[in-house]
Formats: sequence, structure tokens, C-alpha cells
Amino acid sequence: MNHAFRDPAALPRLSLTVLILALLLPGFSLTEFDLAALFDPRSRETMGKFIGTFFPLATSAEFLQLVLKSTLETLAIATAGMALAMLIGAPFALIVTRSLSISRIGPGAGYALGRAARLPARFALILFRSIPEIVWALLFVRAVGLGPAAGVLAIGVTYGGMLGKVYAEILDSGDARPVTALLEAGGGRLPAFVYGMWPVALPELTSYSVYRWECAVRASVIMGFVGAGGLGQQMELSMRMLNGGEISTILLVFLLLVVLADAISAFLRKLTA
Amino acid sequence: MSVTLERVSLDYPNGFRAINQASCEISRGERVAIIGPSGAGKTTLLRLLATALRPSGGSLNVMDSDPWRLDRSRLRNLRSRIGMVHQAPPIPPRQRVVTAVLAGRLGQWPAWKSLASLAYPADIRGAEQMLARMEIADKLFERCDRLSGGQLQRVGVARVLYQRPDLILTDEPVSAVDPVLSDRIVGELNREAVARGVTLVASLHAVDLALHWFPRIVGVKAGEIMFDLPPVRVSDAMLKELYASESAQVPTQDNQPLEVQTAGVRRKLMHL
Amino acid sequence: MKPVHWLVVAALAGAIWASFAFLSLDLGLLLTADAQALMWKYVASFFPPDLSAEYLARIGHGTLETIAISAIGTALAAVLGVLLALPASGRFGAVARAASRLILNFLRSIPELVWAALMVMAAGLGPFAGTLALAWHTAGVIGRLFAETLENTPPEPALALRLGGSRPALAFLYGTMPNVLPQLIAYSLYRWEINIRMAAILGVVGAGGLGQMLYFSLSLFQQPQAMTVILAMLILVVIVDGASAWLRQHLAN
Repeated sequence: MNHAFRDPAALPRLSLTVLILALLLPGFSLTEFDLAALFDPRSRETMGKFIGTFFPLATSAEFLQLVLKSTLETLAIATAGMALAMLIGAPFALIVTRSLSISRIGPGAGYALGRAARLPARFALILFRSIPEIVWALLFVRAVGLGPAAGVLAIGVTYGGMLGKVYAEILDSGDARPVTALLEAGGGRLPAFVYGMWPVALPELTSYSVYRWECAVRASVIMGFVGAGGLGQQMELSMRMLNGGEISTILLVFLLLVVLADAISAFLRKLTA
Repeated sequence: MSVTLERVSLDYPNGFRAINQASCEISRGERVAIIGPSGAGKTTLLRLLATALRPSGGSLNVMDSDPWRLDRSRLRNLRSRIGMVHQAPPIPPRQRVVTAVLAGRLGQWPAWKSLASLAYPADIRGAEQMLARMEIADKLFERCDRLSGGQLQRVGVARVLYQRPDLILTDEPVSAVDPVLSDRIVGELNREAVARGVTLVASLHAVDLALHWFPRIVGVKAGEIMFDLPPVRVSDAMLKELYASESAQVPTQDNQPLEVQTAGVRRKLMHL
Repeated sequence: MKPVHWLVVAALAGAIWASFAFLSLDLGLLLTADAQALMWKYVASFFPPDLSAEYLARIGHGTLETIAISAIGTALAAVLGVLLALPASGRFGAVARAASRLILNFLRSIPELVWAALMVMAAGLGPFAGTLALAWHTAGVIGRLFAETLENTPPEPALALRLGGSRPALAFLYGTMPNVLPQLIAYSLYRWEINIRMAAILGVVGAGGLGQMLYFSLSLFQQPQAMTVILAMLILVVIVDGASAWLRQHLAN
């Protein structure tokens, strides 16, 4: 037998490795990668002192009260934001969902118009959720000032876009026959929705909304970093003061908050399953 | 002495006694076949010899050492001289055949060579030679999950051949291979043992294969050694009793009954 | 609906009302004519976006920086994640397992943005901080997943090699790695995709890339420039989504 005693996989492997290295290496200079900077004596001294301040945790009654207020603020931002998101998302979903389209089942003339009307609604939803919530937060902070209002609006818009899309998908995936029957009998869109779709779709809608609320809690903390209130804003202040103890406490509270939100979310979802 | 077992027992954690007071001596260069029904303890016995399991009682000596008294590096050294062919080849599916075979010398190569071999196989020619003996040289660069069960078993044997151990242990090495090929593979293992003067201990399901190739047959049942004899002295009655729990008929390669030839030597009836 | 459901609805409505009250939010203020006029003026100031060649070049650099942050960050995370996953899968005993799992949980529980703010303090403003932030957080995620993969992978191949006299480390490389490497690579690529989006945002706290450009332009009231950055972010996300969908289809065939 005539064997080529060369590994056929060697060349492809080598080429791939060279390619990956060629792509990654410039990245190091692009990211101003400089491990030495982390370890130079002066920055080490500052870092060391800073890390030293992380323990013990700041536990003064005054600070804990501040943290408690911030935590409640975060929860409020998430809840109010979700309420706004549902207010925005629900109508959009009703417009966008194909199942409720009268022009779909009715005389042909309205069909193209119906599709044309749905398109801008779809586009608006995509716009709302593609811009990261923190960018929305930044914009709203400039528009309405620092504080929780910006956070509520940012969550309302971003999550409104997400809810609109997913609500529409849930409604579309359900059985369209009851709704079609009601529409054919001359019923309006809203009654058709309430009687034909709502009961069946409710568990899935609720489950997703509760899951989004949990995400909103985390997002609210993140947005606080750019001035949208809550725990995030508090942490940003402590960071500016280089107060490690306060940062530790807030981090701990954040972790507990995430666990709490997760538990509430699981509880509510089980309740409405 | 290559292997010495003196009243060796093995108890599983749940209390089940898998091997009961087994005693056996195997000299260097001997070729021994272990036969017996399923669950008799053939695999366990082999794993004891491979130093994979530790005896609960009695004394075990492999190549002049008590493996469980050795320090880590000496044990590793001992193990590199023991080659075990498993019934289900323990080879990662996505690994290529050449790498799987070369892995046989991981215990002998220096660390840098083993590492380098991952990037580019260190001894393609050597691997190919072993695969040729197993009649699957054309699968050299194939991925192991693209092989049939029988082909994968042969890769497992090739790995052990490449290792060139002083003690070859095989646990049903041809269970997934067709009878004609099985005969050749078992023959090849025996030739290897004779050519290099090393010890071969094989557990086999097909009794006729065992009787045909091996000068010493050990019958195991329910964790005990029932007999330890050359093939001519293994009687029909002994075999029937050994396999009584399993089936009315003694297992052979193609399930044809065992017949005694006029010369008194046992051969399976050859259907031409 | 059962009475318990009515209770839940009432509780939710109450929670929502309480939230608005607690925040002293009067969104009605936003709907006044004055407020509307101001908001429209603000929105209008974003158009037209700055599309000058000079600024587009800076956007290009910012985009490359963002991609580099995500790539290097994810690569570092993969290495660190694997290193931590080995003890976390129990290979080196129960104590090492508990300790490394604690570290992994710590790394992944802190959100990327918080890491970014912390790294800005440690390494200064710029993309290095963003890279480190992604590296720490993603290492926790990848490490945890990899530890579970390792725990569930069959040990027989590596054990068989050790019976042949192989060192444990080499038995791992020859016997276990081939089984888990494809999953590791696939998951790392998936995280890279997520991290590109993250890298764009982290800059908002000073960690480089498009996010930092956005923050600066908004702080300097340069709305047209900010608009360009937002457009660049959107286009980047669309391209990455498309490329990854195409790759997935391509690799499946």
C-alpha cells in the first residue's frame, strides 16, 4: 500500500492557528494591553491601599439606611419601568400580531395596507430594543435630568420593545381559529382578543413578563451607573470616593437582591403556571 | 514469575464478593485464556492484574512487585509495562486513529514528546505498522467515531501492540469482530507474545477460540477458579458445568456445537 | 380566575402604584406642552448625524477597538476559565473544588459594567479596563460551564491511559480533552458574540470603544456625533447577528 506518511490535518491546522494569531495579535495593541501597568510600583501601592479598604464592610446605621433606600428605589424603578413597558409593548403587540389582522382574512384590498401598517410598528419595536438600555438611560438623563425618572423611561422603552415582540410571538403561536371565527362574525379586534386569545395566552405572557421584571432589576442597577438612580448610582458615588468598604456592602446587597428577585420571579411563575 | 495470585479476594463496596480466594501463578512468556459465563469475574480478574483494582484480601504480585506497595513513579513505571485491551475501547470519539494508537507509549515517552505529538503525530509509521497487523491500516487518519465497533476494537488492540508491554491483558478483544477476522486477531496476539517472549492473559467468550490458540485454560465461575488446565485435559463435562448457569450449550464463535475430533484434539466443526 | 389570582393582581397593581409613589414620579409632567417641546428640540439636535470622513475614521477605530476588546477579553476568559474549571470539577479534591467554585461564582455574579468601573480604577481609562472587565466576568461564566462539562464527561479514556503508565496531565489531554474541546470552543464563540455587544456598552464608564465615544460626545453636548456612534453600534450588532447566523448555518452543513 502506498501511504503518504504526512498528517493531512497538519496544514489546515497550522493555517487556522496562524490566521487566529494574525487576527488576535493586533488586538493587543488596539486594547492598549499593558499588564506591566497593573504591576508598576506606584499603581500597586494605590491598588493595595484601595483593596485594603474593601474590608471591613461599611456597616454604619446611616449608610445601611442609605443602601436600603437605594435598594427600594431600584425595585421601584424596575417595577414602574416594567409597568410602562407593558403599557408600550401591549398595544404594539396587538398591532403587530398577525392573528388579529382583519385584513388577513377579509376582502383582499385591505391586505397590503395592513402589512404596510404593521411594518412601521415592527420597525419601532426593533429600534426600541436594539439600542442598549444604558444608551437610552444616558439619553434620558440628558433629557429629564439625573435620577430614577430616566431609569424608568429607559426600561420602559427598551423592555417595551422586547415585550412587544415577544407578546406578538406568543399570540401568533397560539391557535388562531377562535379569534378568526370571532373576527369573521364581525367582532372588533379588541373583543376578539379578550375572548379568543387572552385566556390561553395568559400563562406564557405572564411567565415572560415576570422573567423580564427580574432582568429589569439587574438592568436598573447597571443604569444607575450613568445617573439613573438606585443602587447603581449609589455604587458609582462610593467608587468616586474610593470607599472600598461601601462598595463591598453594596456589592453584597446587589447579590442578595438578585437572589431575592430570582426567588420572587420563580414564585410568581409557579403561581400562574 | 510474571504474575502471582495467592488467595486473592475482591469485595465491592456494597459487600458483593467478586473474586473469592483465587490462586494462580503465571510465568513470563505464558499464554493463558480465561473463560467462563457472564458475570463470573473474568473482567474483574483482569483488572486486578492490570492494577486497576486493589485486592481486598490475599497477595498479588505483578512482575516481581506488589503494585500497591509502590510509590507513584514506580507504579507508573510498572503500568507502562502492562498493556490492557478493554472490551469497549476507551477512546474519545473525535480522536483520530493515529493519535489513539500513539497514546500507547504515553507511559514511555518524555512529557515534551507526548505534548508535541498532539500537534503533529510523532511516529506515524509506527502506528501504521500496528494498524496493518490489525488489517485497518487504511483508517490511519480517520476519526474514531467513523469506525464500526469491530474496527474500533482493533484500534484498541493496535494501541497495546504499539505499547510493547511485558504483560498483555485482553478483555474480550474480539467480541464485536466477525469470526474469521477474530481468529486472525487472536492469532496475531499470540504471535506477538511468542515473538517477544512476553506474557499474554486473554479473557474470551468463544470457547473454541480459547481452546484452539492457548496452551492453558483457566475456567472462572462466580468469582472462583474452577480449573486451570491445558486444553486436552478440559473435558466436556467441565465446560458444561462451567456454563450451566448461562445456557445449555457452550458458547462458540458461530454458535455451532463443540465436537471432539478422532485425534482427541478439540476443534470446532469447520463448515466448508 | 381563582380568588388567589385576584389577590395577586391586586398585589401587583398595588406594587406598581407604590413604586411610582415612592419615586415621586409624576410622568404627567412629561406630557405638558413645554416638556414636549423641550424633548422634541433635544431629539432634533441629533439629526443630521455627523458623517464627515474624519469622524467616520474615528468611528472606524472605535469599532475596531470594541471588537478587539471583546476578542482579547473572551480569549483571556477562556484560558482563565479552563484553569479554574479543572479544580472546580473536583480533580484536585474537595477543598480545591469548593474554593475554585467560590471564585467562579464571585467572578460571574458581578456584572460586566461593575467590573468595568472597578478596572477603570485599577488600570485607568481606556480599552484595557474594558478588556479586563470582560475577561474577569466571562471567565466566571465559561469556567462554571466548563467545570460542569468536565464533571459529566466519561472518565474511562483517561483512566485507561493512566493504567498504561501515563502521567495524569497527559492522560487528561489525550483522554478527556478531545471530548470536551468542541463544546468549549463553541461556547467561547457564543460568549464572544455576546461580549461584542457588551464591549460597546462598557465604554460608558470609561472602558474604551464605541461606548466611551458615546459618553464623551453626550457630555460635550455633541448630539450629531453621538447619533453617529449610536448608528455605528446598531450596524455592528446587525452585522454580528447576521454573521453568526450565517456561520451557524454554514458549519451545520
